[in-house]
Amino acid sequence: MLAYVARRLLYLIPVIFGVTILTFVLFNVVGGDPVYQKMGKHGSEAEIKILRHELGLDRPLPEQYLFYLKQCVTFNFGRSWATNQNITDMLTAGIGPSMSLSIPAFFITIVLSILLSILIVFFRNGLMDKLLQVFCIAGTCISVLVYVILGQYFFAYKWGMFPISGYDSGWDSRWQFLALPMIIWVAVSIGYEVLLYRSAILEEVFQDYVRTARAKGLTEKVVLLKHVLKNSLTPIITSIMMEVPLLITGALVLEAFFGIPGLGGMIYQAVANSDFPVIKAMTFIGSVLFVLANLASDLLVSLVDPRVEFN
Amino acid sequence: MSTGTTATVEQNQVSSAGVSLWSDAYRRFKKNKLGVVCFFIICGYVAIALLTWLGLLGADFSVNGPDSYAAPSSSHWFGTDIFGRDVFARGLHGTRIALSIGLATSFIAIPIGVTLGAIAGYFGGLVDDFIVWFYNVVESIPDILKIIALGYAMGRGISTVYISIGLTTWVSLCKLIRTEFMKHKRRDYVQSAMAIGASHKRRMFLHILPNVFHIILVNLSVRFITAIKMEVVLSYLGLGVEPGQPSWGIMIDDAKLEMARGVWWGLTCASIFMFFLILAFTLFNDALREALDPKLRNK
Repeated sequence: MLAYVARRLLYLIPVIFGVTILTFVLFNVVGGDPVYQKMGKHGSEAEIKILRHELGLDRPLPEQYLFYLKQCVTFNFGRSWATNQNITDMLTAGIGPSMSLSIPAFFITIVLSILLSILIVFFRNGLMDKLLQVFCIAGTCISVLVYVILGQYFFAYKWGMFPISGYDSGWDSRWQFLALPMIIWVAVSIGYEVLLYRSAILEEVFQDYVRTARAKGLTEKVVLLKHVLKNSLTPIITSIMMEVPLLITGALVLEAFFGIPGLGGMIYQAVANSDFPVIKAMTFIGSVLFVLANLASDLLVSLVDPRVEFN
Repeated sequence: MSTGTTATVEQNQVSSAGVSLWSDAYRRFKKNKLGVVCFFIICGYVAIALLTWLGLLGADFSVNGPDSYAAPSSSHWFGTDIFGRDVFARGLHGTRIALSIGLATSFIAIPIGVTLGAIAGYFGGLVDDFIVWFYNVVESIPDILKIIALGYAMGRGISTVYISIGLTTWVSLCKLIRTEFMKHKRRDYVQSAMAIGASHKRRMFLHILPNVFHIILVNLSVRFITAIKMEVVLSYLGLGVEPGQPSWGIMIDDAKLEMARGVWWGLTCASIFMFFLILAFTLFNDALREALDPKLRNK
């Protein structure tokens, strides 16, 4: 086990190295000259030259890459072009609001989805199952943006149940701003999750051990909750862990729309302002988080499922 | 796993009776009424897309009218937008853009995914290690950030949407194809092909590929769903198609300002068009998967 973890951790190095190469190529080679983005159309030759020198763009590409690599390793990404803030400070400031929104919403979604999917499987092939399925499928056919626009319009604007947008950093006062985005988050993701968990659970329901459990005279409740659920945890955990990196960036639309100053909102602002260094830093951080979550997922699955071998 | 030996024997009998995978899949697909209905709905959308493209349908989509934000009426089924243009006609044209995004991204992503997956799975060894490393790297950058990065690199426009979604969504297919090729290359029919002197290329693309083609087909239909949804988010981020274009993403994005003025028809029209297309693709995809999955064959 320990050797496996060590090997997996070692494998992260070439992958993260690759990520730095890819982001560098995207932004510094394919992306054209960022000086024009920063200066607009009205820069004079001399000004452009000075700026290029300031940004280090007149140096050869390998040197620029090494500079970027150093930034990634030391977590010091320089300053934003739009606000001139230190990017590392922006990141640390953004994590709090992002997590306050995403972590509760994430857990509410998981718990509700697992409960609903068990309920569906319990009443499988009945009217309840059919109705919930139709509902879930219909829910996945609507764009996130439509949920957000309608949610804000009805709950906040029309019925005045929540503030329209904004954020307060006080620990107690932030929740009134986060409640509506959270509800929308759950509404957007629950249909998809329920369908996924349902098929994971249904795959187990026809296994031999379930028949044995029933033959022993166990009630359907015990069979589902004790036997089936435990065995269907592997695909469920995998799918849950794959969403963990999205907790940081996935709320992009929600955060931007409701004016929550989290990392997602930061990305939105950076795209709107062509804030090159911020997008680059977020791309790197997002990838590192993804890789780590992926590893955590594999480790968790191997803990839950003794059949997984460490090769 | 749950199917015992009897099921396996039956399965072998079915295939030895001269029923090919495809005709069997067709037979089973036909039985799924919902899937067939969805197939025809998709065909309807394709027809709309072709007709708008040829200018035979909704030709007045970009004609400015006298009434800004006119409510739905018999002459404008979904009212008009800020420039007095017919919203329904723009919704029809959105079909063309949505399907073109699905199609164009498939043309980019599927060849990349299939080729890399086939090479990695077939040759194995160092080549495999390299390709696995490469797709791990690409996968590590969250999709939306990859698309933003590419969009940033290429500027706004529909070709950016095609390329950025296309270049970011090939990994899952590549993984599936790689595993299948690893399984298939050891099978007897591939060994026999080698024995009669078939080249690597021939074995990969003439012998193995047709046997894994169903995976590509299912992937194609999922791809449309992702691409259409992605387009809306890109429009919101300002990285989608040009603002003047009649895409559903732009229509929905415009609604964020229109709703407060009581203008609900733009959002409704685009959402209805999108809803039924994605629904049709989702259910069609389920039916397709069921028909093509050999594990579900005798159920």
